[in-house]
Formats: sequence, C-alpha cells, structure tokens
Amino acid sequence: MENVYELIAFILLGGMVLGSALLVVTLKNLVHSVLSLIVTFIAVAGIFLLLNADFLAAVQVLVYAGGVCIMVVFGVMLIQRSDIAESNPVNWRFGFAALLGGGIFILIGMFAARSQWMIAGTEVPKDTVGTFAPILLTDFVIPFEVAAILLTVALTGALLLVKEVKANGDRS
Amino acid sequence: MNIDFSLITTEIALAILGLAIFTLGLIIPRSARKGLGNIALLGLIIVLGIAVYSWPNQGETLGGMYIVDHFSSFFKIVGLVAAILVVFGFRRYVAANVGNYLEYYSTIVFATLGMIVMISAGDFITLYLGLELMTISFIVLVAFRSFDVKSLEAGIKYLLLAGMSSAVLLYGLSLVYGATGTILFAEVAQSIIDGSGGLLLIIGLVMLIAGLGFKVSAAPFHMWSPDVYEGAPTSVTAFLATGSKAASFAILIRVFVGSLTGIQEHWVMLVAVLAALSMLIGNLIAIPQTNIKRMLAYSSVAQAGYIMVGIVAASQSGVKGVMFYSFIYVFATMGAFTVVAAVYNKIKSDEIADYAGLAQRAPLAATVLLVCMLSMAGIPLLAGFVGKFYLFMAIVDGYMWLVLLGLIMSMVSVYYYLRVVLVMFRDDPVDPTPLKMETSVTITLLIALGVTVFLGIYPGPLSEIANTAAQSFFTP
Repeated sequence: MENVYELIAFILLGGMVLGSALLVVTLKNLVHSVLSLIVTFIAVAGIFLLLNADFLAAVQVLVYAGGVCIMVVFGVMLIQRSDIAESNPVNWRFGFAALLGGGIFILIGMFAARSQWMIAGTEVPKDTVGTFAPILLTDFVIPFEVAAILLTVALTGALLLVKEVKANGDRS
Repeated sequence: MNIDFSLITTEIALAILGLAIFTLGLIIPRSARKGLGNIALLGLIIVLGIAVYSWPNQGETLGGMYIVDHFSSFFKIVGLVAAILVVFGFRRYVAANVGNYLEYYSTIVFATLGMIVMISAGDFITLYLGLELMTISFIVLVAFRSFDVKSLEAGIKYLLLAGMSSAVLLYGLSLVYGATGTILFAEVAQSIIDGSGGLLLIIGLVMLIAGLGFKVSAAPFHMWSPDVYEGAPTSVTAFLATGSKAASFAILIRVFVGSLTGIQEHWVMLVAVLAALSMLIGNLIAIPQTNIKRMLAYSSVAQAGYIMVGIVAASQSGVKGVMFYSFIYVFATMGAFTVVAAVYNKIKSDEIADYAGLAQRAPLAATVLLVCMLSMAGIPLLAGFVGKFYLFMAIVDGYMWLVLLGLIMSMVSVYYYLRVVLVMFRDDPVDPTPLKMETSVTITLLIALGVTVFLGIYPGPLSEIANTAAQSFFTP
C-alpha cells in the first residue's frame, strides 16, 4: 500500500467483503442474502479499483452485482414454496463447517503472510481496456473461443433441461 | 502474434463439427434428426484421422500457451476414440432412452473439444476453460434424462460438486500464480527451479490435487461418482469414465510431472496416499454392490488409483504406464458399459441379479463383459495385465508398499468381477429367450474385445508409441 488512505480504503472494503459474505450464509431470508451478496460484489469491485483494474471493477458491478444477482432473485422467487422468512435454513453442520472453514482461512492467511509473493515487474497500464482487447484475440484466442462455445453449450443445455417433458419422455 | 494453425487443426475441425451438427439439426425436419448420430460418427472419425495424420506435427503456439507434443496427441487420440465408441456403440440406447439428438450429439462433441483443449493447454487459463467446457457439457449430459428422477439427482449432485471442485482448483491456480508470478506451465517450472514458492506454493499444490482428484474421482474425492455413474444415461457414464478421466490424467501429469517437478518431494507422497486410498476404497466398496453401474463406478475409482501410481513415479516409464493404461482402460470400460446399455435396452434393469444366464441369452455380450472385467482386474494375457505391469514396474524401487497394495487389491477385485461372471455363466436365466444385439453394438463389442486381447498378447507397438510420446513429454 502506497499511502495511508489506500490502507484505510482496503481495510474498509475488506471488512465489507467479509462481513457481507458472512451475512449471505447466516441470514434466514434468501432475498436478504442476495442483497448482502450484492454488497459483497460491489466491495470486491472496490478492491479491484484499488488495484487499478478499472475494467474488471466495471465488469464486476455490471455482471455480478447486476446480472447474476437479479438472476438469483428470479430463481428464488420462481421456486419459492413456503415461508420466505425461513428460506435459508442453517443445519447442524453449521458449527463444524464454520470451524473447518475458519481453520483453513487462518492456515492460508498465516502461510500467505509468511511467504514471498511474486510482484509483477511492469506497471499497470493507464488504459487497461485498450491493451486488454487485442490480447483476447491474439494470445488468449483459444480460451476466448472456448468460452464462446462454453456459453453455447450452457445455453442449449439449460433450455433442454427446463423444457416441459411429455408423459412419453419426449421433449421436442 | 502468429498462430500456427497447423497445430490446432484437430481443435478447429472438432469445433466446426460440433457447430455443424447443431445448425444442421435445426435445419432438417425433426423426424430426420436421428441421422445426426451418423453424422457425428462420421465427423469424429474424420477428426480422429486428422489427429492421427498430424501426429508428426509438434510445437508450441501462442507463446507457449498451447502445447502440441506426442504426449498431448496421444491423449487426444484416446479422447477421440472414446467419443467415437460412445457415439457408435450406444446408438440404440440413445434412441430408446435419451432422445433429443440435436442437443445430445452436439454436447458430446463439445465435451470432446473441451477435453482436447485441456490436454493441449500450456497455461492455467486454457486449462481451466477446457476443463469447464468439458465439465459443463457433462453436467448437461448427466441430467439429460430429466424426466428420470435419478438422472436429475445425479445432475444436481455433479453440478454442485463440480462447481466446488472448480472453485478449489481455481483458488489453487491463483495461489500458484501468486507464488511464481506466471501462468505458463514452462515458466512455473523455471520459477520453481529459481527458488520461488515456499509455503504458498504448497497450499496451491494441495488445492490442485484436490481439484483434479475430483475430476479423476480419486478417493477421498470420489463421493460423487457412484451416484452420478448410476443416475446418468449409460452412454454418458461410459464417456465420463473414459474420456473425462483420461483427459484429467493428462492434465494432472502436465501440471505435476511437467511443471511442479521442482517441488516433487512435497507432492509425491500425497499422490501416493491418494492412489493407495483409491485402490483400497474403490475395490472394497465395490464388493457389496448389487447395481452393475455402481459396481463399475467403484471399480473405476480403483482404476484411478492404479493410474495415479504412474504419476507417483514421475518418470518417463511412469508417464508411459499412464498412457498405455489409459488407452486400454478406454476399451475395457467402453466394452463393459456397452454391454450394460445393450442389456438395459432389452431387460430394463441394471441389477447384477438380472444378468442371470446372460451367457445363454447373449453369448457375445457375456464374453465381452468377462474379458473386459478380467482385463481391469489384471489377469495375464489380457491388456490390463500389461498395463498394470508397466505402471507398477515404474515404482518398484522406492514404493514397494504401494506395489504390494496394488497387487493385493487386484486380487480383491477379481472377486467382485467374478461374482458377476458367476451370475452370467452359472445361473439359469429366468427368461431364456435370446437377446438380439444390434449390429453397431456387436461391432463395438468386437472392437473392445479385439483390442483388449490383442494388446494383452502383443503390446509391443502401442508400448513403443507410448514410450516415444512419454519421451517427447520430458525432452520437448
């Protein structure tokens, strides 16, 4: 961290991410959970901004905080059956999972603090989008095209699976 | 930035095939869609031809992000062979139980494309996207019979657990990136030699093993496989057990033996323990199973354990063993599942007890099931024996305990394989009418039988090819 303001911003954003993520799993009402999920995503976008990754931050807000969360809300509303206030129940494994998750968190945190991180040698360019776009179609062309096919498969698959099934098993 | 298109012909051809099936299926009338299976078959055979033809083509493109060597070409051929057998041997099963040819065949082709991209990946991003293309295609395929509760349950299970394993894998990849500062396998290897890493790298490593261990269904990450194997359409189960596993082993070798060799002492023991656990759990839990698909699922967990032995060796002979075994494993597993699907078509049951007297009703199917199972158990004169011999030879000095465990567990596996054989050959059938197999099933069974027996008696040529390929892996 270069200056104290960045440090303060980081601590605030980090606390926001952790706190709201915790709320996502503990809140009893699924819609409230989604709401705090949006807060988590926006705080993550803030951390991206701190790291000078402005394009990533914009994508995070548009796609995750916007698109994904709306989809989740739709999902919750469409399949809701009983009382919404009890839609995100906690089962007996909660304590165990919290212990395990916390343990792993502390372990990784300790290891991460002790080890040596590789710092990128070059400075982050001013215009991230301008440099990002060309490499998608040169160096990263195979992953890029594969992602396109992946989306096609996911779309057709989702369509197929939600199609109404007739009694004889025919969906066409 | 130049792209060497000659290196990625197979991938381009496969992508075109998948999209062609998709568009063609939308154009032709619904009643004609059944023919898409033949088009997929023909196309896959042509792509296999291209892959074999471009065997001498070696090199790296996109600045090391895409590696085409004999090692990756070999696994690509294995994946394509698995896809061809799936399309060919299960035509009747698909027509009777799955339907939706357009989506089914295009998703099968795209899953194969995912495997092939993953096998050739030279960096973490290509690896991850190939893996996700494969996994998401499989999620769709597993839940394909969405009118069947079991298939849906399997789909949801696979979706949740695959999502979690992907998250673990991604976290591991990001930690390795944080420790080494690069996403290219070759540069990761160099960076480790130069002394980067430390504790962070170890955590990344453990997460990579967990994430990829899930994909190959190695114990203790095998929980999903029995339920998913049982619930998925049998054709998908066969593809999941062969193609997906072979591709995941290829990438396990690429990541661990290829780029994390510098910290070998940290992961060899871990992989050895996973291999031992997989052999133990897979073989022991397979014994009480009454459903043949579940039994084959546990047996495939055990097979994953045997194959991981080759990774423990982390040497040329070990890699060669993995390649040889993956190849014969595809044929043995495909043969077994083709029989299961063909029998299910007739008697609508996957219970072992209903296989009573199969030897009298369908002699060829019973024989192929017998040979494939004995090959998986590692009986001499069948391909499985040679494969296990190569695998265990690679670690005979240093890991004697693992060799002994492998041998004992192979003996155990003979017991539950022979239990099925006993039911088929000794018991009298309830209904003695002969089961007539379709021509495509018969041909697939004959191919599986022929390859398993031939490679058991004369493994020389394939062994040579695997050896060359393993060599190209170590000396690019």
